[in-house]
Amino acid sequence: MTHSLDWKKRRKLRVTVKEALQHLLLLAIGVSFMLPFYWLVATSLKPDAQVFQSPPAWLPHPIMWHNYPKALTYVPFARYLLNTLVICTLSVFGMLLSSSLVAYSFSKIRWPGRNIAFFILLSTLMLPGQVTMIPVFSIFKSLHWVDTIRPLVVPSFLGGAFYIFLLRQFFMTVPLELSDAAKIDGCSELDIYRRVVLPLAKPALATIALFTFIGAWNDFLGPLIYLNDDAKYTLSLGLQQFVSRHGAEWSMLMAASTVMTTPIVVLFFFAQKTFIQGITLTGIKG
Amino acid sequence: MRNMTRRQTSRLVKADLRNGLLFAAPWIAGFLCLTAYPIIASIYYSFCNFDAISPPHWVGMLNYRILVTEDELFWRSLWNTAYMIVFGLPVGLVSSLVLAFLLNLKVRGMAFYRTLYYLPSITPIVAASALWLWLLNPEIGLVNELIMTFGKMLHRLHLPAPAGPGWLIDPAWAKPALIFMGLWGAGGGMLIYLAGLQDVPEQLYEAADLDGASSWKKLWHITLPMLSPVIFFNLVMGLIGSFQYFTQVYVMTGGGPQDATLFYALHLFNNAFLNFKMGYASAMAWILFLITLACTLLVFKTSARWVYYPGELK
Repeated sequence: MTHSLDWKKRRKLRVTVKEALQHLLLLAIGVSFMLPFYWLVATSLKPDAQVFQSPPAWLPHPIMWHNYPKALTYVPFARYLLNTLVICTLSVFGMLLSSSLVAYSFSKIRWPGRNIAFFILLSTLMLPGQVTMIPVFSIFKSLHWVDTIRPLVVPSFLGGAFYIFLLRQFFMTVPLELSDAAKIDGCSELDIYRRVVLPLAKPALATIALFTFIGAWNDFLGPLIYLNDDAKYTLSLGLQQFVSRHGAEWSMLMAASTVMTTPIVVLFFFAQKTFIQGITLTGIKG
Repeated sequence: MRNMTRRQTSRLVKADLRNGLLFAAPWIAGFLCLTAYPIIASIYYSFCNFDAISPPHWVGMLNYRILVTEDELFWRSLWNTAYMIVFGLPVGLVSSLVLAFLLNLKVRGMAFYRTLYYLPSITPIVAASALWLWLLNPEIGLVNELIMTFGKMLHRLHLPAPAGPGWLIDPAWAKPALIFMGLWGAGGGMLIYLAGLQDVPEQLYEAADLDGASSWKKLWHITLPMLSPVIFFNLVMGLIGSFQYFTQVYVMTGGGPQDATLFYALHLFNNAFLNFKMGYASAMAWILFLITLACTLLVFKTSARWVYYPGELK
């Protein structure tokens, strides 16, 4: 009797030790991933003397909250933030509207040439951006759209190939009976799109909204090519300028970087499910 | 459709065609103006001298000839990009996979760890570049400080102490520095592999356990084959993405030191928007397209040997 109790106790100990070691490993890796973030914020709050201290100071002292308003006025960050938000919001709106309309056409309407068009859509996914970058710039230049936000926003209103593909897959899961029933009730295609199909695709739409927003927030090449007047700069362009002009002012550079990063982190915590769902959707369906 | 007259079906088809085209109009317009026409235009530009101000001026194969025979930076940038593909891509792939395996252990608090590993990958690229510029500073950056502290410990034990390298200032360490920085973003790929791992049916592992298979055998014969479609997809996407690696180098190094980080996309950008040699840059773009196509086809062809699609009849 005593022998079998010992065996059970030993097994439980082994399992607990194994679990503890796993936690240790996971935590050690977690700390390594979080360390740069900590260093980002810590540096942003350090006085200059501490920034250049070696061995490094782990806690800023005194805490220079003042670095933040200083960094945000060195370059007109508030203006850049506004510009970025405008572009992001317009892009999200345009992308949701256009991608869903086009996806509806590819999934719910049967028209001659639809399959060829869809195949062409898919093949554009593999095209490197550089191939069209220069002629597109030339087109926008001849339209006098350079140095405006139009080249950055208008393409969203023309649909994104990947999101059209994603939504099409989603729409195709909506049963035909639903749209047929609506047709019998006298609904037009637009009505079916708006009242039947679209509401059922909310998860996919949320994912598209999230990733379009983040893509526009992060976009660097677009603003770099099309925005000249620095009153129109976005955060990414403004931050890069900060690096090239005030790169050695580390504490302020880290403060500015924190300001650019924090909204995205906050967004993540509010929309975690959509994030995870989006990554797996795009990674697995592909 | 059976009970309608021919006139009625034809009217229906016409209505569907009209609606279909109407709904797809945004994409059709975008495709024609921003994809189809530019593709043709850029082929034309690649045979011209074009500075975006005056109209293009035909020069035949001149751009291509100069690129291949006279432009040292062209070959440099190709080599640098190839370096990232050969070393950076596998490192990224393996690290994301390893993280996914770790997260797949049945330990409590998985969502917490998953957040820790994933969060860095959503940092805006420009902000991350600024941060890593600071972390990798050879004199006072955190990475070298930690190496120095570790070195002092080894020194006390009378062991040889490593010194922190010059990272982004040293031509030999600049690309490894970028690969190291890329590791921080492994959380993005990790999520995809994690989802794939969770899709592997339990019965396969149970059957293997009954046969007494070791963990290694289970990994090699069950997990990896079942993950191979996801790995394949990420490999192709990673390949295409590697050729467009741009923002980090533009912000952090500008292509230096001594062109060690001059990647293809940066060289192309410089030619187009710094030197305004748009015809030349267009030629670069088409060479890029051909190389990307060739690499993708290669991966596709070899995929038959190592990618396993469940549900396929052998």
